[in-house]
Amino acid sequence: MNNMPIFQVFSIVGSLIIILFLIELVRSRRLKESYSLLWFVIAFVFLLFSLWRDLLERVASLMGIGYAPAALFLILIIGLYLLSIHFSVVISRLSEKNKNLSQEIGLLNLKIKELKKWIDGIKS
Amino acid sequence: MKTLIVIPAYNEEKNIEGVIENVKEVMPAAEILVVDDGSSDQTTLVSQKTKKATVVTLPYNLGIGGAVQTGFKYAQEHGYETVVRLDGDGQHLAKGIIKVIEPILKGEADLVIGSRFLGLDRPHSVLARRIGQKVIGLLLTIILRQKITDATSGFRGYNQPALNLLNKYYPSDYPEPEEIVFLKKNKFRIKEVAVLMREREAGNSSLTAIKSVYYGVKVALSIFISILRSPILKR
Repeated sequence: MNNMPIFQVFSIVGSLIIILFLIELVRSRRLKESYSLLWFVIAFVFLLFSLWRDLLERVASLMGIGYAPAALFLILIIGLYLLSIHFSVVISRLSEKNKNLSQEIGLLNLKIKELKKWIDGIKS
Repeated sequence: MKTLIVIPAYNEEKNIEGVIENVKEVMPAAEILVVDDGSSDQTTLVSQKTKKATVVTLPYNLGIGGAVQTGFKYAQEHGYETVVRLDGDGQHLAKGIIKVIEPILKGEADLVIGSRFLGLDRPHSVLARRIGQKVIGLLLTIILRQKITDATSGFRGYNQPALNLLNKYYPSDYPEPEEIVFLKKNKFRIKEVAVLMREREAGNSSLTAIKSVYYGVKVALSIFISILRSPILKR
């Protein structure tokens, strides 16, 4: 442990901070559990790679990549790419719901107006 | 048959009154629903003042698809059996309603498209759009095995089964060509009739040059994806 390079200390501390940050976000309800899961997985993968340095080398050689950090970047980019698609899906779903809500609001407003007119007619 | 005329309108305070008056002249018995798609001008007020139309005002701009679907939802709620949709910009001449509605009333079709190109060879004024429309038309003709001359026309008639389906699902951005594929996929009968259209009176068409390119690509994509979808209805 005493010959741990400074960059490793840095990445371990960094991963832990990210995990704590995520926990705090979920705790204070600024991030929904269901959406935090993916980020937790990514953060723990980070932590795993920083604790176990050989793992990255092994994964890289398994993928046939000579330069280990390149494998890390590749994995990261694929992960982020998938995550972005996931968000687009969520946004699509939200915009559909949003559209239905505004249509409903428009139709309800009309109903309220007609009801008001009807009630005013009875009163007078 | 109980008929509703749905007029989607976005910032059409200059045109909407004329459109409503024209429709009332042609179809005195039909009821008119104006869907104000979150206009920033007086479209709602001007429409209400005519006292000839019911007005639904959307809280923000949903785009033409969302506005039209609002009209369909209203029609379903109030038990209308036939809906004719025409644009609020005065481009669609009201006397075309009779032609658009006829095949529906006779039970010959579920969706009727008022085409400005059917039976005549009058090219569109803008080259890019002309090419776009030709490509879309060709695509649809091949896919549907039915000739569609004016896939982007928003002058349309619907019967009740078609409305019930479109209430559940309706494309949002540029819905016209996708609607054709969607209904055809679900085994609805589509018919085109020739109608006359006028150049716009006031305001600008929603399609600029760059937007037309985006429109073309988006429509082509949505058509291709629509082919891959399985039909919703079992008929």
